[in-house]
Amino acid sequence: MPWSRIEADCLEPNFGNECEDTTRLVSYQDAIREGLRQALALDPNVFVMGQGVDDPSGMFGATRGLQEEFGRDRVFDTPLAETALTGVAVGAALGGKRPVYFHNRPDFLLLAMDQLVNHASKWHYMFGGAVNVPLVVWACIGRGWGSAAQHSQALQGLFFHVPGLKLIMPSTCFDAKGLLLAAIKDNNPVLIIDHRFNFKQNGLVPEKMYTLPIGKGQIRRTGKDVTVVAVSHLVVEAFQAAEELAAQGVETEVIDPRTLRPLDEALILQSVCKTGRVVIADTGWKTGGVTAEIAAMIAQKAFSSLKAPIERVASPDVPTPAGFTLEEAFYFGKKKIKQAILKAMNYNQLSAKSKEASRRCRAG
Amino acid sequence: MNPGVEKKKEMFYAMLRIRRIQERIESCYLQDEMKTPVHLYIGQEAIAVGVCSALKKDDYISSNHRSHGHYLAKGGDLRALIAELHCKKEGCSKGYGGSMHLVDTSIGHLGSSSIVGGGIPIGTGLALASKMNGGQRVSAVFFGDGAADEGVLYESINFAMLKTLPAVYILENNHWSVCSHVSARKAGDNIFHQALPDLLMSRKIDGNNILAVYQAALEAIERARRGSGPSFLECETYRILGHAGCESQDPEGYRDCAEVKAWKKKCPVDNFREQLLKEKTMTPAEITAMEIKIEIEIDDAFAFARKSPLPAGRELENHLFCE
Repeated sequence: MPWSRIEADCLEPNFGNECEDTTRLVSYQDAIREGLRQALALDPNVFVMGQGVDDPSGMFGATRGLQEEFGRDRVFDTPLAETALTGVAVGAALGGKRPVYFHNRPDFLLLAMDQLVNHASKWHYMFGGAVNVPLVVWACIGRGWGSAAQHSQALQGLFFHVPGLKLIMPSTCFDAKGLLLAAIKDNNPVLIIDHRFNFKQNGLVPEKMYTLPIGKGQIRRTGKDVTVVAVSHLVVEAFQAAEELAAQGVETEVIDPRTLRPLDEALILQSVCKTGRVVIADTGWKTGGVTAEIAAMIAQKAFSSLKAPIERVASPDVPTPAGFTLEEAFYFGKKKIKQAILKAMNYNQLSAKSKEASRRCRAG
Repeated sequence: MNPGVEKKKEMFYAMLRIRRIQERIESCYLQDEMKTPVHLYIGQEAIAVGVCSALKKDDYISSNHRSHGHYLAKGGDLRALIAELHCKKEGCSKGYGGSMHLVDTSIGHLGSSSIVGGGIPIGTGLALASKMNGGQRVSAVFFGDGAADEGVLYESINFAMLKTLPAVYILENNHWSVCSHVSARKAGDNIFHQALPDLLMSRKIDGNNILAVYQAALEAIERARRGSGPSFLECETYRILGHAGCESQDPEGYRDCAEVKAWKKKCPVDNFREQLLKEKTMTPAEITAMEIKIEIEIDDAFAFARKSPLPAGRELENHLFCE
């Protein structure tokens, strides 16, 4: 396989990590496009499909120009039929290809659930390992400008539930390329859920091909007082919150899981054992979602280390509204993460106060 | 093209073998050694055999919950099938799949889906992979009239026509989806019979007539291989047994006994036997020899399956991901 020739990972520089190339600044869409170009050039079995991949806008720029370079057989527009086309991608993968199927919104993945959940994710297990599905599905969460209830859903919680499906949520340009290449190289179905806000970023990205390990998180900022586990574009928000709180003497450790399934539990638990306080931030709904699962995992495996209840920052349990005043109430970022961090930090104090109050109550 | 004597004998043998295997499974099923829902193929043998006899070994097939006939007709290993029905380690899916999830990659069978219609787009994707590699492998997609209710069939055939894929869609219209008759689910004739012939070759054939199925399949496969695109073959047949399990497990009252009786007279195996004897393609002695050979093979497969070890509970999490 040509995939064995590409180089292993190096670290994301944006958050102070080491990366060998410290000069090459690349936009988020160009980082993805560069990864796709390299994969298409390396392996003739790789192909890119999806409604709009050959549009002038090229999937927010991520697929722009690829059809001109690699031809209509390897980069092609599809009918909107998400169920069938996902099955077509599964079948092509079974036939030895490595399809990369783009959707500009995860909302449309709901039409593909049968093939993603009933088929792709089960095919290797259900046949005792006789067959496998090297498939990448990519979708990008929309946000803002009244995108509303059916064009801005962060549905990772639904897919996080499914065994047999790897789930990646990148947050940096470096990761967007390295994790995409890792997903294409992987012999299993991999879902990448990206976020439109990530596309605002520029970051340091090496020109060479590299992959990042699926299932390994990254510490974006070290701190001793509190751990924030943040997903996708909320990593940047959490990082900024942490920087601001440092001025008040709170040292926050920011962890980016990068992949939700498999989840780097060890990295999270190690940090929680050190700090004893944890905030989990995710763009999806709160109930039954990513923050719930990570919180349960921490509560079960690091209970004795906890000094405060686990705080969760997630979308309220309502559909996304269109109106901008309502949108403002729905979405959250740095400010809410800061509040959650302070709540976790202040817990002992509150607890002491309430203990005092109940003592007085009994005495009175 | 009329198949030669040898081909006819081969096809009769393949049909008889599938029939006897189904009957043996049925006769043993209530012993509860096969702890998996079986959907038997009795009465539909001419379709799987007629199509697979026209395919090459490395052509692809996609199958469904009524999976035994397709697997066997394409050349799937009998011991591995019976072991899978016993959920044993030497089953084709190592006991992880059961009766509805059969696989044999050596014959282009990359796994059957029990979600009705689920295998249709996957077979279409296999045709896409084949086309990308030069288009010499044909993808034959088997599904029933229940799957023809699903929108994914329209989506898939549209894509196959759009991309001129080497796919053959075989609708086995056995008239019943569990206990729902096709007339309760279909407004009229299947819309694919109205397609433009250059986009889609469409035929409605007697699915109980092996020679008619073989002839139509040859035509469709030849069209696919020369790069002219997909075909749609509706094969009229009948589900002799109930939806799942053996005859005694078929609930009473949803269909007319006279209907079942009439279709039993159209048995594809019996009628082809009569024809071959009448035209003296085969002698009764040859048929008896076939029966004996098949019985020995079935005995061997069941003995193999019973001896094969069961997967251990500790193997539960194996195979979730491919390394």
